Amino acid sequence: MNIIKNRYVYFFISLLVIIPGIIFMGLNWAKTKDGPLMLGVDFRGGSLLEVTFEGSRPATEEIANLYKEFSTSEQPIADPIIQSLGTDSFSIRSKTMTDETKGQIVAEMEKRFETTVTVLNFTSVSASVGAEVTQAAGWAILAAAAAILSYIWWAFRKVEHAYRYGTAAIIAMLHDVLVVIGVEAILGYFLGWEADALFLTALLTVIGFSVHDTIVVFDRVRENSGLYRRIEYEKMVNHSIVQTLDRSITTQLTVMFTLFALVLFGGDSIRHFVIILLVGIFSGTYSSIFNAAPILVVWENREWTGWFKRKEEAMN
Amino acid sequence: MRNRNTWLVIIGILIVFSLWIDLSKNITIYNPFNDTPIVDRNVDIKLGLDLRGGLQALLEADVPAETAISTEELNNAKNILQNRANALGVSEIVMQTAGDRRIVAEFPGVTNPEEVVSTLKQTALLEFVDMGTSPLAAGTTIKTDFGVTSDATPTEVTPTAAPTDPAATPEAAPTETVYHTVMTGAGLQTASVTRSATGAYQISFVLKGDATDLFAEYTTSHTQQYLAIVLDKQIVSAPIIEGPITSGQGVISGNFTQEEAQTLAVQLRSGALPIPIKVVESRTVGATLGEESIRKSVLAGLIGLGVVILFMAFNYQLPGIIADLALICYALLSLMVFKMIPVTLTLPGIAGFILSVGMAVDANVLIFERLKEELRSGRNLRQAIDLAWSRAWPSIRDSNTSTLITCLILFVFGNTFGASMVKGFSVTLALGVGISLFTAIIVTRTFLHTVLDRIQSTEHPRWFGL
Repeated sequence: MNIIKNRYVYFFISLLVIIPGIIFMGLNWAKTKDGPLMLGVDFRGGSLLEVTFEGSRPATEEIANLYKEFSTSEQPIADPIIQSLGTDSFSIRSKTMTDETKGQIVAEMEKRFETTVTVLNFTSVSASVGAEVTQAAGWAILAAAAAILSYIWWAFRKVEHAYRYGTAAIIAMLHDVLVVIGVEAILGYFLGWEADALFLTALLTVIGFSVHDTIVVFDRVRENSGLYRRIEYEKMVNHSIVQTLDRSITTQLTVMFTLFALVLFGGDSIRHFVIILLVGIFSGTYSSIFNAAPILVVWENREWTGWFKRKEEAMN
Repeated sequence: MRNRNTWLVIIGILIVFSLWIDLSKNITIYNPFNDTPIVDRNVDIKLGLDLRGGLQALLEADVPAETAISTEELNNAKNILQNRANALGVSEIVMQTAGDRRIVAEFPGVTNPEEVVSTLKQTALLEFVDMGTSPLAAGTTIKTDFGVTSDATPTEVTPTAAPTDPAATPEAAPTETVYHTVMTGAGLQTASVTRSATGAYQISFVLKGDATDLFAEYTTSHTQQYLAIVLDKQIVSAPIIEGPITSGQGVISGNFTQEEAQTLAVQLRSGALPIPIKVVESRTVGATLGEESIRKSVLAGLIGLGVVILFMAFNYQLPGIIADLALICYALLSLMVFKMIPVTLTLPGIAGFILSVGMAVDANVLIFERLKEELRSGRNLRQAIDLAWSRAWPSIRDSNTSTLITCLILFVFGNTFGASMVKGFSVTLALGVGISLFTAIIVTRTFLHTVLDRIQSTEHPRWFGL
């Protein structure tokens, strides 16, 4: 099996996912002016109230009117975004309001619609905290990338060009970050999925897993580079990928099994989170086999000097 | 593995111990000589707010961003909030400082988050209030002219049980009179517990310079009238002004126990250094959603684990079955560790645990794939096993280290922002990685060698997936 030979095909496949993702990030930005993703209250600030009505639930206009009545200059909660959840619940997003206001609104709902209203969950984040968390999330990702890069550099210090391994792992990681954010952007555009603190957790896990997976492949390259000094670099890398392929697929499958169980049976509150994890972990395995290791070869051959044309004579 | 038997014994003890912890809710060990409990610990699983329902509030010092807040001030504020929250009668409250200007408060199972939040939001406000000639009993909630304009709902301040005089509750109805606030706690320099001539506990305070002048002026013109000391709009005591106080020193007496006096002194000191608190984030999860989530994620976890166990057995035959045993050990040990520390389980925490099951299996997959390779290249089984372990180790070590690095960064992030979801995830994933290294490497290897002692591997190559 020769994976290295078709490396540009695999790079192209990655772009097929990443480019639409970037396009939708732009579309989201144009739509919300907030950023490339539909941001949830954790990052954007605001209030999210999820309520269940016993019996029949009122029309969305009635809820909107109720919010309008409670809107003040300090808490301008008029024009909430109301979405249906199942057949008896609503999820209502508005500007930030206090717990007291929420209590009054729920009491008024019970009175006006003559039914029992149960608060499933209520989240209220002030805009300043939201902005701060968003910024910190960016730093957290950069810090993770820097720490991992240095660790790989150190772990591969005995191999020639150790920094290449770290850099290739980070490129593969960025690939996975872009895939995850891109998929989230597309889903956000069509289904209104919002990025919340759980999305960030998923993203950071994907970073961890992506590097985990890449290191397993690189470890084989590290080992083989000591064993087969006479063999051409490309063949040696390819051999390393093939040797670890069984393990990559098996591990991928076991993680997929557990995550699929969570998607199917784990309930609504974490489904979004788990689907993003699934996408990211699949991407993580893909990128370690089809991007990270081939990047080493591209670098070794300095293929950018000839418009990334691979040396034909090297492969046959 | 020369010391295999030692490991077998250690693993055996660990399994029995973890089963004991996993199946109990409370651990009590009695001293055999005098029947007194030497260990008495609750090891029930701690559920996060998202699983059991409740309120989490992130409180922030409401001062300009450039104003520095000392750790002590923040801790004082936390202690006061804790006292206040305890007075609400909510059990298992957790209050932690997060970063240098925030406090995370968690109230499991509360059904009235509005009330809890509004109680927390009051600043520990000490006022010296002009009572005129007719004092009110301690414990009475009053209205004052201080801060009325900023407080939108002054009439709704609910009377809570007085710390000094619980019997005063019947009189605790809010009165309609608005009393004049002479001075607030901002004028206090220090407050400490002292004892009066008769030995009663009292609080001595010293005023700041400008407050001394104000106080001197007031006490001179209002001699023989009552001056109430009011904390959070509740009267602590209402002594009579015996004569002008010009020294800037005074005492607050009441029927205090030493503890009460101590608490009050702390409160007053903090009242003298008030950090106004605002709620910047609040999350309420209803109990129904929590129950549903936990039922579903446990089911999902069991199904996921089951599928992985079957898959490993089919894929790797005998080693696979041994890895499955190690995986079950892993699940038992993890649950024990979660209960012992204790780790508060949140939904992302459970997700992190389930993910770590996948990673636990990965270490075994790495080893077994290596084992197959070594067997194919013609080594005998024992050599192959030893080589598989030693050669798979660098990749297991490096890949898990990178996961741990990510966990650490997530933990710091979650801790600083009071994002307990992110924190919970990183803790369970990191613990999972640690425990899985033990089970996948030591437990699997010990079991495998033990089984090999009893079979002739050359007769059963298929048992090893060859």
